[in-house]
Amino acid sequence: MLNYNFNWSVIWRNWDAFLDALLLGLGMAVLSLLVGCIIGLLVAYARLAQNRVLQWAAWAYVELIRNTPLLLLVFMCYFGLPELGIRFLDKVESFVLTLSLYAGAYMAEVFRAGLSSIPRQYVEAAKAIGMRPWQRQRWVVLPVMFRITLPSLSNNLISLFKDTSLAAAIAVPELTFTARQVNANTFRVMEAWLTATALYLVTCYAIALALRAVERRYASIR
Amino acid sequence: MERGTFLYEVWVARWSLLSGFGITLSASVLTIAIATLLGLILGIGLTYGWRPLRWLIRIYVDALRGIPVLVLILFAYYGLALFKINVPPFWAGVIALAAFSIAHIAETIRGGIESLPQGQTEAAKAIGLQFHQRLAYVIIPLATRRVLPPWMNTCAEIVKNTTLLSIIGVVEFLLSNQQAIARNYLVLQFYLFAAVVYLLINFTISQLGAKLERRYAHFRY
Repeated sequence: MLNYNFNWSVIWRNWDAFLDALLLGLGMAVLSLLVGCIIGLLVAYARLAQNRVLQWAAWAYVELIRNTPLLLLVFMCYFGLPELGIRFLDKVESFVLTLSLYAGAYMAEVFRAGLSSIPRQYVEAAKAIGMRPWQRQRWVVLPVMFRITLPSLSNNLISLFKDTSLAAAIAVPELTFTARQVNANTFRVMEAWLTATALYLVTCYAIALALRAVERRYASIR
Repeated sequence: MERGTFLYEVWVARWSLLSGFGITLSASVLTIAIATLLGLILGIGLTYGWRPLRWLIRIYVDALRGIPVLVLILFAYYGLALFKINVPPFWAGVIALAAFSIAHIAETIRGGIESLPQGQTEAAKAIGLQFHQRLAYVIIPLATRRVLPPWMNTCAEIVKNTTLLSIIGVVEFLLSNQQAIARNYLVLQFYLFAAVVYLLINFTISQLGAKLERRYAHFRY
């Protein structure tokens, strides 16, 4: 049953393609996380706002995105937006846009939890020393919130990196797509997929380790 | 109804859409069943297992959580055939999805069991319950309340992940919509239609999970 002869030369010949693919995936994940953080922060503030309409709109956004499969969102963005006349996005841009909107919904929940876990006394103390509302947000609420939410941020980065594999569905040359191509061109099934798997695993663990170090550095101060 | 309108096209494609929906449902239910059963066993092994066994399960769980599901699905699809294991794409996909979800559920169950106070186990030991009795009468009933809400989330994730089976050619609900689009070019309408259907399923599951979470929130052990 297990008489499979490994031939890794195929992988070495395509090594550059694998590395480029890995970097593309990482880049898309980081970019989406950054944009997603901005969206998430705005949506989190909207959910905690006094205004009912804002609250509802933010809730609807989060629920809509979180309950729809990512692959469907990717297709909607890539095939659907051109129907609406938005034709200037290429594959990578379209995917990053989708992933950012997706990340935004998850980050909104993370930030909402972070914002509501900040002790009220902090804000009151800031008020007492005469800080204006935006100063209170800028110097008290946001720094504390970022420390509280840092672990979720790193988990989200790892999931986003894994989610970049879906870009293969619209032929973005990232890791999964490259592995599939090597598989199709050379029939070295095991080598191609083992390489992709190993690269994903190693990268996920590298991200996790690096971010744990950052978390220790900024351990949440209560 | 006029030819070319959305409703007409849905009516034309009704059987294909329904069968796609059925495949999505059966893939989800099968995956949830397999993953829950094996996840429970692995979760218990992860908490109480003999040390080397615990390490093995830990390696499995951590490895699977670091690999994208899509890679697992493609690996299962192309890889199983190499060993002359002739599985249809549907089963390759379900096996891969289950393998991934088992890891998540095992971790949830370990977390649920470890969140129980030691006193419960001690009390159960004190009244003379054997290990399997402690599990059956004390640990599992108590842990269920902790585990059920995150388990519902995993179920919603599984339903969403079944869309990935479309990439290996299983005509589940997303692919049946794409086939309809290929015939009539109603891109936005059919994708929105699919989104609404998935939204309804998952929103129901997640609201149920939130309800259970609220109901169990006041339990203190």
